[in-house]
Amino acid sequence: MTDNKDTLGQTADAVAPPPPRKRRLSDTLKALRKAPLSAKFGLVVIVFYVVMAIFAPVLTPFGESEIVSNEYEPWGVEVAHETAGGGSETVTLMLGTDNLGRDMLTRLLYGARNTIGIALLTTCLAFLLGGVGGILAATLGGWPDQILSRIIDVLMAIPALIFALLLLTIFGTSVTTLVLVIAVLDSTRVFRLARAVSLNVVVMDFIEAARLRGEGLGWITLREILPNIMPPLVAEFGLRFCFVFLTIASLSFLGLGLQPPTADWGSMVRDNATLITYGDITPLLPAAAIALLTVGVNFVVDWFLHKTSGLRDDQ
Amino acid sequence: MLIAQRLALGFLVLFVVSLIIAAGVDALPGDLCQEMQGQGATVETLKACREEIGLDKSLPVRYVEWLGGMLKGDFGTSLANGREISELIGTRLQNTFFLAILAALISVPLALVLGVLAALYRNGIYDRAVNVVTLSSISFPEFFIAYILILFFSVNLGWFPSLSNISPEMSIAEKAYKSLLPALTLTLVVVAHMMRMTRASIINLLASPYIEMATLKGMTRRRIIVKHALPNAWAPIVNVVVLNLAYLIVGVVIVEVVFVYPGLGELMVDSVRKRDIPVVQACATIFAATYILLNMTADILSIITNPRMLHPK
Repeated sequence: MTDNKDTLGQTADAVAPPPPRKRRLSDTLKALRKAPLSAKFGLVVIVFYVVMAIFAPVLTPFGESEIVSNEYEPWGVEVAHETAGGGSETVTLMLGTDNLGRDMLTRLLYGARNTIGIALLTTCLAFLLGGVGGILAATLGGWPDQILSRIIDVLMAIPALIFALLLLTIFGTSVTTLVLVIAVLDSTRVFRLARAVSLNVVVMDFIEAARLRGEGLGWITLREILPNIMPPLVAEFGLRFCFVFLTIASLSFLGLGLQPPTADWGSMVRDNATLITYGDITPLLPAAAIALLTVGVNFVVDWFLHKTSGLRDDQ
Repeated sequence: MLIAQRLALGFLVLFVVSLIIAAGVDALPGDLCQEMQGQGATVETLKACREEIGLDKSLPVRYVEWLGGMLKGDFGTSLANGREISELIGTRLQNTFFLAILAALISVPLALVLGVLAALYRNGIYDRAVNVVTLSSISFPEFFIAYILILFFSVNLGWFPSLSNISPEMSIAEKAYKSLLPALTLTLVVVAHMMRMTRASIINLLASPYIEMATLKGMTRRRIIVKHALPNAWAPIVNVVVLNLAYLIVGVVIVEVVFVYPGLGELMVDSVRKRDIPVVQACATIFAATYILLNMTADILSIITNPRMLHPK
């Protein structure tokens, strides 16, 4: 920095350099402190889930689908468990066991891994497809735009869940099919948004300048348009993630998503649903876990939208 | 003119969607007959089977025949039990519409009242509470809401049955009583969106000069909103109500499964599990058609109620 000032002198003042990394970090921290309570709550929830998902194997002594006791044991039952060294220890099953006698808490932790992981993968794929398509359609205009937009119109006219059910029947239920089907169906919304916001940017002078400079399509889309449409896309990413997450959970709940013995929150609700008729809330825990995460993400997205778009408070 | 255009577009979409649904089967690895007969298939049985369900004809011919059958109410036969699909669907379709209408009867008035109240007491504690509750309720998976309702109303309080096993012989009142919990679940899912739109469209209007005029005349806030703002806010509200009705028809799938309600959604999920493709095709067509038609209605209604949209820029 000091070098810069000596040689360039006033120019450095006139053209403000991008804030150094350190300041950007402190800016972020300051914004975080000022965030409303709901957004802070959302952030805490998200961090908590991510930690749980990453450290699932460390946090529980059992394997993902290890049968540890009898079926439907109540909360707080103690069982003997063999440790890795060959010895034996007593473990308390805080949330009891499920319909096959597997530890509920373990399933919940691994469920976080699988459900969130797959939802995240699907959302990324949807953004890759929809985002690239949308920006390209806006940049190219003309017939590529027309064709892409009409295809998307038709795809969006079919209710997503029904379409997903149809496709899953045809291609069979596997994780790959699930991810691909939902990613393609969801990329339509991303396409619409990416196209709409890029259309506003494409007409700007600096795009014209880049074109005259002879920049290729790749440069224009990635270096000129993409940075300018990031905020709405990031907000949309949060919302899409929630939507994908809920769709996958719903499909798993219907028995058409992740297949056993993979731990997954949707199918956990379904497998243990009979307990509800006895007034036991254990089967509701995975459902509550889904709800809490989506609420958290929604709160954060809400706050982010307010910050970046200056959305009016009364809307 | 614009209305005719929307109509034409709607039917075009319907046509393309039916094409997609019909052609989807061709994407099967192997074909329907191999799927049905599995390991025990021989060349002869396969050939006989293909001739029987018309797989030996070309795709366009099959499509026209399938579409013609659909329009006449002949959906073909189920792979799982060989029964006529129209027979399977008949009462189930009625049940699904019954549930959706019941949910609409509860949710639409509720959403309107809540929305108007939220606009009336804007930024007050009531408004904020409603905002947080609705934002949360759209984040909940349907089956979560459904099971919570079951836990409270049927297990703890014992007011309603947890299974909605309705049958055609029941009276309407009895049916309504049995389907009240699923209807309530659907209500909670759609009410948030409708209520927020009602609130937003009224608040949008509050900045107009004629509202200011009414305020200056010394009218009460309640009278301004109900008499002056609401009539002009109808267009977007009607639009969002119809869109949510479309969602209701489709959203019944999961709710029906939770409550074992004998509707079309439950049949569809069941058939997906059995990979009973003709049934899934028929259900998907009915759901998609209803959805598209309702969406088209929403578009046309918003054009009719807002003459400005008849003259696009």
